[in-house]
Amino acid sequence: MSYQAQLESQFPDAGLQWSDFRDNHRVVVPAARLAEILTTLKQTHGFDQLAEITAVDYLEYEDSTDRFGVVYVLVNCSTGERLIVKAFVNDPDPTLPSMYPLWKSADWLEREVFDMFGIHFEGHPDPRRILMPDEFTAFPLRKDYPLKGRGERHNFPVITRSES
Amino acid sequence: MPLDVSDFAELDAPEKEYLWTLNFGPQHPATHTTLRLVLTLDGERVVHAVPHIGYLHSGFEKLGEHLDFNQYVTIVDRMNYISPMMNEIAWHHAVEKLLDIQLTPRCRYLRTMLSELMRIQDHLLNVGTCALDLGGFTAFLYCFYQREKIYDIVEFASGQRFHTSYTRVGGVMFDVNNAWVDKVRDFCKGFRKVHEETHKLLTRNRIFIERVQGVGTLTKEDAINMGVTGPLARASGVLRDLRKDEPYLAYPDLEFKVVAAKDGDCYARYLVRMQEMLESLQLIEQIIENFPEGPVNVDPVTKAVIPAKPAVYRSIEGLIQHFEVIMPNRGFGSPHEEIYAAIESPNGELGFYVVGDGTSRAYRARCRPPSYVHFATFPHMIKDHQLSDVVAVLGSLNIIAAELDR
Repeated sequence: MSYQAQLESQFPDAGLQWSDFRDNHRVVVPAARLAEILTTLKQTHGFDQLAEITAVDYLEYEDSTDRFGVVYVLVNCSTGERLIVKAFVNDPDPTLPSMYPLWKSADWLEREVFDMFGIHFEGHPDPRRILMPDEFTAFPLRKDYPLKGRGERHNFPVITRSES
Repeated sequence: MPLDVSDFAELDAPEKEYLWTLNFGPQHPATHTTLRLVLTLDGERVVHAVPHIGYLHSGFEKLGEHLDFNQYVTIVDRMNYISPMMNEIAWHHAVEKLLDIQLTPRCRYLRTMLSELMRIQDHLLNVGTCALDLGGFTAFLYCFYQREKIYDIVEFASGQRFHTSYTRVGGVMFDVNNAWVDKVRDFCKGFRKVHEETHKLLTRNRIFIERVQGVGTLTKEDAINMGVTGPLARASGVLRDLRKDEPYLAYPDLEFKVVAAKDGDCYARYLVRMQEMLESLQLIEQIIENFPEGPVNVDPVTKAVIPAKPAVYRSIEGLIQHFEVIMPNRGFGSPHEEIYAAIESPNGELGFYVVGDGTSRAYRARCRPPSYVHFATFPHMIKDHQLSDVVAVLGSLNIIAAELDR
């Protein structure tokens, strides 16, 4: 039995939505069940690598109902299979459980998603910003953030040679 | 970036007073690029390392949402500038998958040949600078001379040495000619000898081996769990190579071996990279022998590429199509879909997550940079090593800060 059928029988009420596009095999899971589904995928179905976590802000996307989609790309290193798991979260407090206990690679990938989109990962051991400076308050990859910024750059403190 | 005091809560305890902190970077000759490490040391032993990145962050992904599929190629080749064309190939690989464009055989072979040249270029830099940081200056010069030759080849094809912006949706900027193929053939002839000499300089060099053997070991389980890919993972015994596992371009038609090692230390990584260069060279030689004739771009009726110049100047249809591709908000439409497509870059899995929204721009253009995932493993690798090993491990990871921060 394929892992798809097994997952369906294990989570009959979760409403998993499977789809295929080109060679991508994808499933949309409810955010509340994400942790248990990913745990099952890792422990029972051999998806031992988390290659990628990213997010998409669907604010301006046609026919979208949810604000953020968080995408997990799982890889089974022995069979080479890939599965793309997606969960939707919404304002005002987009939160997902951290996958750090399962895959160590989630550490920086989740930090980047937090840094760029402001999605919190509960249980992350080190939830700081990673690419933007710590004083930065906005989340730059959100669609309501302008391309040229909000003037942060002009207001950065400048340290002169004599003050340093 | 200010350092959070809470990072060191347990290390700040009074009985740990003998520990001292060292700031490594952002500008340091051994980091090669701009990254910063805060090391907590016990004498010369590294107790704890905190990498701080973001110094080169320039919002490439945000720019990707405002430039169209062809324009963004000028941005992606500034990511991993050691092998710029690899990023272009990866980006257009993802876009073409989203738009469902099948490349012509000549284009597939040409892009494969360029990727392999890029792989050699990247590995040469890595081997060369790794040796340089550990005191072996000669090998560095040998490697960089060969890199120059690859720059010449790339310049011959695209007109640019560094930021080539050579690929386009459905093809490349211009086709290459036979003189270019001869240039590649010449490079292949000369390269084998230099590769042998580099081997002689480093592989059994005791000073080099003492510095790299048993340093920065990563076990197979950790490599998989930490998302490590590419030569780093293969040096730890993970038999995974996207060229074999998820074949793309012309790789299914070609013969090559996946190079792997068991030890997972810096020396194993060096050996894997050295051997991969030979495999890449074989691939290039195979492609030269079987380089298909025919058009390099897809058929202009697909409306994905600019038609040939005679058609543009001499027919109204050609002219219209040229404008359709060039003008903003015309161009090709993308499906309302999203795709993740990855290729095997010299550093590891280089993936793009592209979301199409019907226009010729990406709604979201996420890059999955291998350096980013690899650098996250650094604190784990360097723990309980000597301060001087920091340079060896950094060198073997091949961190490119422009790709790390984007």
